[in-house]
Order: sequence, then structure tokens, then C-alpha cells
Amino acid sequence: MSAVFEVANLKRSFGGLVVTNDVSLSMAPGDRIALIGPNGAGKTTFVNLVTGNLPPSSGEVRLGGETVTRIDAIGRVRRGLVRSFQVTRLFQDMTPAEHVGLAVLQRDGRAGRLFGSFLSMPEVMVEVSELLEKLGLAELAHRKVREIAYGQQRLLEIAVALALKPKVLLLDEPAAGVPQSDTGRIEQALADLPPDLAVLMIEHDMDLVFRFAKRVIVLAAGTIIFDGLPADVTKDARVREAYLGNYANASHVA
Amino acid sequence: MTLAVNTQTILSRPRGRSFRRDLMGVAVIAVFAAAGYILFPDNLALLTRILSVALLVLALDLVTGYCGVATLGHAALFGSGAYAAGILSAHYGINDPLLMTLGGIVAGAVAGLLCAVIMLRAHGLPQLVLSIALIYLFHELANKTSSWTGGSDGLSGIMPDPVFGLYEFDLFGHTAYFFGVALLLIAFVLLRLVVRSPFGMLCRGIKEDPLRIRALGASPNAALAKMYVISGAVAGTGGALSAISTQVVALDALSFTQSAEALVMLVLGGTGSLFGALAGTLIFMLFEDYVSAANPFHWLTMVGALLIAVVLFAPKGIYGTAAAYFTRPGKANR
Ligand SMILES: Nc1ncnc2c1ncn2[C@@H]1O[C@H](COP(=O)(O)OP(=O)(O)OP(=O)(O)O)[C@@H](O)[C@H]1O
Ligand SMILES: [Mg+2]
Repeated sequence: MSAVFEVANLKRSFGGLVVTNDVSLSMAPGDRIALIGPNGAGKTTFVNLVTGNLPPSSGEVRLGGETVTRIDAIGRVRRGLVRSFQVTRLFQDMTPAEHVGLAVLQRDGRAGRLFGSFLSMPEVMVEVSELLEKLGLAELAHRKVREIAYGQQRLLEIAVALALKPKVLLLDEPAAGVPQSDTGRIEQALADLPPDLAVLMIEHDMDLVFRFAKRVIVLAAGTIIFDGLPADVTKDARVREAYLGNYANASHVA
Repeated sequence: MTLAVNTQTILSRPRGRSFRRDLMGVAVIAVFAAAGYILFPDNLALLTRILSVALLVLALDLVTGYCGVATLGHAALFGSGAYAAGILSAHYGINDPLLMTLGGIVAGAVAGLLCAVIMLRAHGLPQLVLSIALIYLFHELANKTSSWTGGSDGLSGIMPDPVFGLYEFDLFGHTAYFFGVALLLIAFVLLRLVVRSPFGMLCRGIKEDPLRIRALGASPNAALAKMYVISGAVAGTGGALSAISTQVVALDALSFTQSAEALVMLVLGGTGSLFGALAGTLIFMLFEDYVSAANPFHWLTMVGALLIAVVLFAPKGIYGTAAAYFTRPGKANR
């Protein structure tokens, strides 16, 4: 199948520190990829670069065959590239229903409407309630975000991303901070994703990674050191070395 | 099955509350307006001036309170409306107060767009400085084009016709007052709709985290520019009301002082709430009128002290603090 999302020779450094070093990868519809790597490997930076939140030093990003390197973050979202945030970024005074409602309206180009309330738009509310229900947030639909637990905020972060109906979904540690009892919700939501959606998930929880991913990419010191089947990743010598910390020191040479 | 049930509970959320609050807001404004008319029949000019400034402060609340853009130049929108309404009458003989108001709305909206295009290029302190630069430029423009604006002498020769051809603008200011009350009520109801709409929700999001809004695929600047246009229309209405009711437009309609005072009123009442904007205007302007008459030397001292007290002890503003206090018990049994 042809790629929906391609990254070619992406580079970025902060000062002298090379954080993304010649990263290339491509994703096809239906891909389930886990991106793993030690702390500070450059995983979040990778997401920031490809989504247009951070300009790369060089390299290219393509979405559905179109080069979007010069298109801003908004344009990329509108083309179907959606991310979630490692640290939740939600609106404290808004409710989960409002978050998802806003995302649905924005996706349909109706977020600029000057009258009415999405609460009285049945087609929006059906989607809102289905998504919240799927992530176990239905009970909290009309509570303010500041009043709900962090783990549930993480789930809402995913609901918002899904509400945008992406073609490519980048999840930055969706399970971090979610209590064990709720990770099942996330897994279920991931399992229910449309089959042709391409998903890349950054995750430290290896159990989750192995259940979710058909392909694992390991990033260490800004370089892809492994790209292959989940079954092979723990056998790989370079991956082991990276996780033992040797790689982290090597990064400062450049 | 559970899905259907839960969908039902979400869908069936009572929505009457906001509508009731709208009605209450309209009723409160109407009661205050009637009380003002009955209690201060000799002071309708002041009350009408309060109404026009209230429109400016509401307009400011839209960009500052709801969207988080701090500006010290918002009188540019108000003044543009005032001059447009005034010039229509004084130079073009268009004396229909409704058309003059429409002229004020359009001019305010255009001025709003212009300010947005310039101000939204910066953030924070530089943005504030741009707003000050803009109000100086507007002021200077009005000063220099004196053949149109009357310059520092003010624009006179404004002679609005009777409203609907029936209600003449009388010497006592009855018509002007009711005209103003009507404009404020209409603006209030429309703005309630706007702040509750999807667009209002988008703006609240932008105020808190523009980057997150971008990650939803929405453009914060486009939304802010739109809000500026709406704000300009509201401020322009206030300007037009001021031109129609006083039948002059002076340069200070377009002044830094007027802009700063509007911000003070907004903070005093409470940002991010239409009631806050109205309360702040009313309190400030009544305070100004009575205290400056009673003690002309110290009235600014008292305003300063009041403002410090509010900012330090009631940072949500007088209305915002009162509202928070009264809604607290209701929260528990929700
Ligand atoms: N804006 C920035 N300026 C300077 N250095 C940065 C910036 N953003 C990230 N870095 C550095 O880049 C490196 C990679 O950071 P990044 O957040 O991408 O790592 P990560 O793989 O997501 O780590 P974690 O698993 O902890 O989330 C780190 O050394 C970090 O300190
Ligand atoms: Mg990270």
C-alpha cells in the first residue's frame, strides 16, 4: 500500500545537541507502530517536527503524497495529521463534552458559528457521547476538566484526537499517568480505531507496546536504531545498549 | 444498550439555565434602566453616556475578557463609530438615527479589523504597545483631518431625525436614553448568543492555550480577527450612540485615556463576563460623577484606591467575585 505519511532525512538540533538525526520513516494506512526509546531520545521532538510545531533544520514531511514541510501546523491537522500531547493540554474551565464538541465542530468547519450551542445539535452530540462513552468519560461529560482526575484527562486527550477523525494519528505516551485500571480503556479505544487509520504511538509501557504494535521503531539519541517486528526488538544488541544508557552519552559528540 | 442510555443522559442535559440567565440579564438591564429613568430624570445625559461607554466596555470584554488580548487602544473602535455616525449627519445629511448607527457599526467593525491585522502580529507586551500606537495614530488622524472631523474643536452639526420618524431627540434626552437602552439590550442579547456559540467556545480555548487550538486545526488569529470585527461593531454602536445623543464628537472619543478607562472599568467589574463589563461601567461612571462632584480634588485618588482594592482582594472584579460567592452553595447540590 502507498504511504500516507512519510518523513525523509529529518534533522534538528538544539544548540550543539542533535536531537533528531536523519530520521526517515513511512507509514501506510492501517499501520500500528510503536515508537520507543530512552528518555530524551527525541521522540516528542520528532512529533513536534512532523506536526509543524517546530521547524526542522532539514528534511521533508509528506502527507498523502503531498509535501507539507512548508505548511503550518494548522494545515497539517486539516490534512489529517493529528497528535496528542505527552503532558495533557486541555482547557481547564471547559467540560469533556465541550472539548469533544469543539473538535467535532472544528473538523466539520463549523467552529466559527456565531449562534446556537453544540448541546442542541443532535448529530454533534451523538458523536460526542459515543466518544466519551468509549473512553469511559460519559459520567463526567459536563464536569469541568479541572475537577476530573489526571488519568481521565489523559483519556479525554485521546477522545479529542479521535474526534478530529485523523488519517494519521500520533499519540505521545497516551498511557502515561493513567492508572492501571484505566489502561484497558485506552487499549480498547486503540483496538476500535478505524482500520485504515495509521497510528504511531510513543509508549514506555512495553506490555502495551507489544499488544498494540505490529511494528516497533526505536529511537536513541535522535537516530533510528531499530525498525522491525516487535518480536525482534528485545533481541537487538543496539537496542539493549541504548537502554543501558551508553547511547545517551554518545549524543553530545556532534 | 448502555451506550443508548448514556447517550440519552448526555443529550438530555438541561439547557434551560443559560436561557433563563439571558432573560434575567435582560430583565436586570431593563429594571436598572427604568430605575435610572425614574430616580434621575434630570440626569439622563449622564445615564445615556453610561450606556454608550457600556457598549465600549462590552466590546473590550470580548477581546480582552474572552480572548485574552490586552489592549489600551480600544477607543479607536468606539471613536471610529462616533465619527462615522457624526460625519454621516454633519457632512452627508444622513440624519436617520438608525442609518447613523449602522454607519457607526460598520466603521467600528472596519477599525476593528484594521487593529486586529496589526495587533495580532505580536503577543504580550509588544501587542500592548501596538495598541497604544494605534490609538495615537487614530487620534492624530482625526486631529489632522479637521475638515471632516472638526479636529480639536470637535465635530458639530449632527442633527439626528426622530427615531422611526416619530420620537424626536428632545432637550431632556428622553429619546436618546431609550434609544440607548434599546441598543444596549439588543447588543447584550446578541453577545450572549455569541459567547455561548461554538465560536465563543473556540475563543475561550484560544485564551487558554492557542497552541492546543492549532492542534485542533483552527487558526487562533483568524478567530481573533473575527472577534475584533464583532467587537468593533459593538464599540461602534456605542460611538454612534454617543454622537447621536450628544450631537457632538470630540477628539477624546478616540483617546488613550478613554481606552485606559474602559480597561479599568472592565477590570473593576470583572473580565470574561458580560455582566461584569456592565457592572464595572456603571460603578465606575457613577463613582466618577458623584465623587468628582463631591470632591473634585481627590476623586482620582479614590478611583485609584478602589482599583487597588479590587485587583488585590477581588481579582475577579466586583461582579465576578459576587457571582462566585453566590453560586458557591449551588455547586454542592449539583
Ligand atoms: N525546545 C528545546 N530546546 C532545547 N532542547 C530541547 C528542546 N526540546 C527538547 N530538547 C532536548 O531534546 C532532547 C529530546 O527531547 P524529547 O522531549 O524529544 O525526548 P523524548 O524522547 O520525548 O523523552 P521522554 O521519553 O522523556 O518524553 C532532550 O535532551 C531535550 O532536553
Ligand atoms: Mg517525550
